Amino acid sequence: MADKLTVHDPRGFPPDVAGKPLAPRLQTLEGQTLYLVDCLFDNSEVFVDQLDAWFKEHMPGVNIKRIQPRESWVDDPDMCAAIQQDGDAAVLAVGL
Amino acid sequence: MAVHTHVFARLARSVARANGMPTTRQAFVPQPVVGRSPDELRAYVEGDDPVNGGAFIQGVIEGLTRPLDDADLNGTSFDRSAPRLLDADTEDGLNALFIENRWTDFLPIVLPTEERVAAMLAGTSRKPDEVVGRLRPTAFREFWEFTVEKVAVNAVMAGAKPEYLPVILAAMASGMTARSSSTTSFASIAMVNGPIRNEIGMNGGIGAFGPYNHANATIGRAYSMASQNLQGGSTPGETYMGSQGNTYAYSACFPENEERSPWTPFHVQHGFDADASAITLFMGGWYTQFGTIRDDTWEDRFRVQMRASDPFIGPIVALDPLAANKLVDYGFDTREKLVEWLAENSVRPAREYWDNQWMQTLVKPWAVLGQEPFATNLKASEDDEIQTWQPESINVVVVGGETGGTYKMITGGVRDSIASIDEWR
Repeated sequence: MADKLTVHDPRGFPPDVAGKPLAPRLQTLEGQTLYLVDCLFDNSEVFVDQLDAWFKEHMPGVNIKRIQPRESWVDDPDMCAAIQQDGDAAVLAVGL
Repeated sequence: MAVHTHVFARLARSVARANGMPTTRQAFVPQPVVGRSPDELRAYVEGDDPVNGGAFIQGVIEGLTRPLDDADLNGTSFDRSAPRLLDADTEDGLNALFIENRWTDFLPIVLPTEERVAAMLAGTSRKPDEVVGRLRPTAFREFWEFTVEKVAVNAVMAGAKPEYLPVILAAMASGMTARSSSTTSFASIAMVNGPIRNEIGMNGGIGAFGPYNHANATIGRAYSMASQNLQGGSTPGETYMGSQGNTYAYSACFPENEERSPWTPFHVQHGFDADASAITLFMGGWYTQFGTIRDDTWEDRFRVQMRASDPFIGPIVALDPLAANKLVDYGFDTREKLVEWLAENSVRPAREYWDNQWMQTLVKPWAVLGQEPFATNLKASEDDEIQTWQPESINVVVVGGETGGTYKMITGGVRDSIASIDEWR
């Protein structure tokens, strides 16, 4: 029978994960302000244009607003504050 | 809610879970978005979600309006901590376990027994439980933390010797992972300067880029393997998204050939004393061009090769000492003068400069904000010739054994950090 060895676990130490609730949902989008967030990836603006156009054609009762962060991949507190202040929901789009 | 392309589904769900919100509502469109026309992207909006099924737009609307259930309201808490030692097993069993868990680079490893790790720890005066740093594969993931002992475990696995450990610890303390998840397949390239190069037998001469030296090979491998295991993994589709991968990611470490360089050592140029040892980490390593310095054509060759390089990140120009000395004959008596010349000659038409996914994604927003020189470059006409890089984006180093007056131009080469090795002795 082959000898057994004891070896170290090579993995690092992960952070504890604490459960968080999702943000409250809307009962309907009609009459609500929906922010479309262009996350600045190459060509995401064109995708958001199409998403914007779809809502205007098919759900004109939704008040669509467009917004972008100041930089790619960097939190933009001003943008988040703007959405929280007068938005009811947001869709972030889209990568690669 | 967020919209992703379908190849990022595993990653997006993994990130949601690691943030305690595994039921985060996500919608998916086909990959790619880049390069698709407005009509094609309209078809994405009106088409099916390739991951969740059903109409994409319906998924978006439902994601925003479907009432929350208990799972949505509570999220998920969990603990992923692992034991210090694994259950005892045979050598074959443990090797299989390490491969199954993706804790290796799929080349054979040295199993990190308690004895071997203890011997490795003799290579530093630092305590085993001292925290070295934190790493993550991308800015979107959570940081994992690691100690001196954890770095030593991975150094053993890579086949390193205890005397190499300070170099490996310095790399791991830098905050820069050698296993970035960038879709561009970044690797990390490490360069060592100072006395430790010779103390541990590194090779900056013939065959310096490998595979011809134990220290070069295993330090680079240890940095890569430790990055993978100590940041929470480097698993394709989840914690690694490099589309094509990168052979530099196996091992990429070399010392500068200070003894044969005509210039001040790289680390001295960046503020270290000549008798200090330092490690410089370059992020990139996408591809390598090659050349020789010849009297009549060297300028054109450099210009063409720089124009052939991606504009997003400047290159490492690694000169054999023969090539470096030839350039001294042309008047470049300092490294800085050569860097200036390269920057001034890194020109290309504006249309080429901006026709790049990462210039559009990362640099254009800086230009819009007015950051120079990008703001001026954004105003240029399509055919205007603009300078691709500033001097700080170009790194010239000297390495090689003088069997040929050659050089390598390695793209990209962001100088992410240059750090002391001595404090980890």
